[in-house]
Amino acid sequence: MGSALDKDQGAGNDVPMPHDHRDHPHDRLPSDPALRVRALETVLTQKGLIDPAALDEIIDTYENRIGPRNGARVVARAWRDPDFCAALLDDATAVVSGMGYYGRQGEHMVAVQNTDETHNMVVCTLCSCYPWPLLGIPPTWYKSDAYRARAVREPRKVLADFGVTLPEGTAVRVWDSTAEVRYLVVPQRPEGTDGMSEEQLMALVTRDSMIGTGLAVSP
Amino acid sequence: MTARPEPVFSEPWHAQVFALTVHLNEAGHFDWPEWAVAFGATLKKDGLSRELDGGDDYFAAWLETLEAFLGDKGLAGATELQEKKAAWEAAFLRTPHGAPVRL
Repeated sequence: MGSALDKDQGAGNDVPMPHDHRDHPHDRLPSDPALRVRALETVLTQKGLIDPAALDEIIDTYENRIGPRNGARVVARAWRDPDFCAALLDDATAVVSGMGYYGRQGEHMVAVQNTDETHNMVVCTLCSCYPWPLLGIPPTWYKSDAYRARAVREPRKVLADFGVTLPEGTAVRVWDSTAEVRYLVVPQRPEGTDGMSEEQLMALVTRDSMIGTGLAVSP
Repeated sequence: MTARPEPVFSEPWHAQVFALTVHLNEAGHFDWPEWAVAFGATLKKDGLSRELDGGDDYFAAWLETLEAFLGDKGLAGATELQEKKAAWEAAFLRTPHGAPVRL
């Protein structure tokens, strides 16, 4: 919009222009929500309620350090080690905490294992509860009304949208996350992966396979 | 597997409002289930008039919830937030290009 106008302004800047926000030099004014967040941050900082450095630390953690690789490591280990798998299914909170993945919001983790009989799938119908320490921040679709409503009502159709078709005899079980309980799906181990290392197996464990909207990748 | 993952936060303010909330929770100003109930109520209300896509509208609901939540708890009132927002807006408008924006 108005690119020619912008170029003219860039050359002189002293040319009087009508006050049109689209082409105004101040079009870098942050959006309304961005300004509201900035106001919140300033007010809370001035009151000593928050530490701006801690905010940067939280953002860095979730953008760069926590993600689906954490969950993939848990799944790969469960595939390789039956004792670990049994412990994970028994008390996932304790097991993943032992690996350094613990919920800072005090939630419990529950691991549910896919079998030939049952395919597990996770949703949060309330908002967007998700196992952050294991999978990071949820993808946009997980937070959409469409997924949140349809996952419970028509899980097989949702799975089909994700390109997953299950055998007719496999039941689909949908787990509704809450602020207190978050679920990790342990997908089925693909064929032809005997003898693979933990790192090699991790590469087969997709984020979606741990939400239950995908399957682990075959090598 | 080779598809590039979408960015964790598509806008800087999404990250900021997320971090603010997590930080306030970790500092003990509220517990997470309490937050989730309030946030869920906002999503439900917003979702009545249109289908939320889980992107910008999701974080708009998050921000709306946090503002109301902090007002209810007496941590930050609507008036002081509006004043501070206006002050930031004025600061952006008077600051020349390239210069750091300060209140």
